[in-house]
Amino acid sequence: MDTYSLLRQFADSWALLALFLFFVGSILFVLRPGSRRIHEAAARSILRDDARPPRDGAPSGHDASRDEAREEAV
Amino acid sequence: MQIKASAPLNHVYGPQIPPAMAVIQRGDSTDMNILRMVIYGLIVLFAAIAADWGRDLAYSVHAVIVMVVAAGLLLWEIRSYDDARVPVDTTGYMDGPIRAGVIATAFWGIAGFLAGTFIAFQLAFPVLNFDWSEGYANFGRLRPLHTSAVIFAFGGNALIATSFYVVQRTSAARLWGGNLAWFVFWGYQLFIVLAATGYLLGSTQSKEYAEPEWYVDIWLTLVWVAYLAVFLGTIIKRREPHIYVANWFFLAFIVTVAMLHVVNNLSIPVSIWGSKSVQVFAGVQDAMTQWWYGHNAVGFFLTAGFLGMMYYFVPKQAERPIYSYKLSIIHFWALIFLYIWAGPHHLHYTALPDWAATLGMVFSVVLWMPSWGGMINGLMTLEGAWDKIRTDPIIRMFVASLAFYGMSTFEGPMMSIRAVNSLSHYTDWTIGHVHSGALGWNGLITFGCLYFLTPKLWGRAQMYSMAAINWHFWLATIGIVLYAASMWVTGIMEGLMWREVDANGFLVNSFADTVAAKFPMYVVRGLGGVLYLSGALIMVWNMWMTIRQPEARPVNAPVPAE
Repeated sequence: MDTYSLLRQFADSWALLALFLFFVGSILFVLRPGSRRIHEAAARSILRDDARPPRDGAPSGHDASRDEAREEAV
Repeated sequence: MQIKASAPLNHVYGPQIPPAMAVIQRGDSTDMNILRMVIYGLIVLFAAIAADWGRDLAYSVHAVIVMVVAAGLLLWEIRSYDDARVPVDTTGYMDGPIRAGVIATAFWGIAGFLAGTFIAFQLAFPVLNFDWSEGYANFGRLRPLHTSAVIFAFGGNALIATSFYVVQRTSAARLWGGNLAWFVFWGYQLFIVLAATGYLLGSTQSKEYAEPEWYVDIWLTLVWVAYLAVFLGTIIKRREPHIYVANWFFLAFIVTVAMLHVVNNLSIPVSIWGSKSVQVFAGVQDAMTQWWYGHNAVGFFLTAGFLGMMYYFVPKQAERPIYSYKLSIIHFWALIFLYIWAGPHHLHYTALPDWAATLGMVFSVVLWMPSWGGMINGLMTLEGAWDKIRTDPIIRMFVASLAFYGMSTFEGPMMSIRAVNSLSHYTDWTIGHVHSGALGWNGLITFGCLYFLTPKLWGRAQMYSMAAINWHFWLATIGIVLYAASMWVTGIMEGLMWREVDANGFLVNSFADTVAAKFPMYVVRGLGGVLYLSGALIMVWNMWMTIRQPEARPVNAPVPAE
């Protein structure tokens, strides 16, 4: 079989299936139970002070906002 | 999961030293200085030979530019040899290249808008193709100068500057690679200068948005790999467990543009002493590769990269988290999975097989969904704070930008449908579509980011004049409306005139008839460009005043909702 036909057959079958499954899988993964808290914390993580990096040892904005999200969930 | 700030962070902040001494030497050994001097010297020598032996004018001029730059660097290296021990504070964010990038964005924006407005009037009034500048500044030479100046110089500098800003803030880490970020900035400016001078002197490989010849392509590849290294290095050393979604978009933009650039520019130079090269692909394969590149330059340069800006700066300016973080991730995967297939819609009714054109068309139509998902995500971030559209001109700019994004991502899929394309292709409708996206979406969001960044980067409370931002907003918006509306009218008119046949089946109009009929719309389009350019000039004045003022006066305190 020539290269074109070989690649074409592969692209039309296994490659297509793999891409489709990855795509559907990534959407299902986003919608998985329990991800809401993580996503809300990530969304809030950019709203902290952005003039300087956090000091060594200080809790990062992300962790602080995740704590807030946890408190709200409780 | 908090990263413990102890020994593992040494690679981030250097060895642990007391804060009072947290000033790290530049770390240059004299060996490195001497090595750099030798390299610069060799480049000067090689460029001097190339300038002399160059087979065409563009190549020789480029060799002179490279020689002057390398000689300047050599002199600078020699002069600063003894006082090289300038301490650099590496504990904070690295904002120097971002400040330079903000200024470069504004500068190239003005240059690109000016070139665009001028060539718009050249089309309306051909006498502006002056005899004395024929072969250098006629429409054919200036048009790629305009497109590359606005897309790669204005848009590219905006992307590099904002991505460096965003990746540091969202990773809570300083840019990786030290002065490599400066290399990215200056290397990119050199690419722009080589590309722009090359167009004027006729050095082009005749690929749309990929005109620069082989040696400029190789230089851009080097700069781009350094850009990827700085960006990825910063993400790898981040102090946040999560990679914020804006960085995903920026990373997709950097990686995909690298792939597109390398594959579309596969060519063999005729001689290393000349700019001419021969493409590896030929015929319809070359056309398909070109439009796979061309459409994904839109998809990943002008869309994914700018969505990275949107996902950071819109929430920041609105002071609210993004409407739905889940939607943003789905938006990301859907966009990158679909966009890469849409290119063939540029080649309807050509030698490209029908199945490939249909594939491109179907993916373009499906692409409408993630695009609008992203637009809704950005707009709904203002949920509960809609009054900011009235009180905050920067938010207004972002909202208008998203509205134009929504409009052009509806128009694009529609135009990709084969039947619609038979009317719209090769007409000014395409130009109108591109500009509602570029001026509306890319332009306005970049202006919003510049207004956000300028006070922050220079330590001012806010922009010098809020009223000037308002003026800029309305000038730009009315300019875009004039541009898009006139191009719709002239494009559809042109398409209909081209296909009009009489009772005997003969074509009614000659090409020159359509050109004559388009004159009024061309003038309106030029006026739209004048308005857009005026708005950008007001922005530059506003930025200048903001940076110059020792303390920006609060011109306009936020007005509470009535």
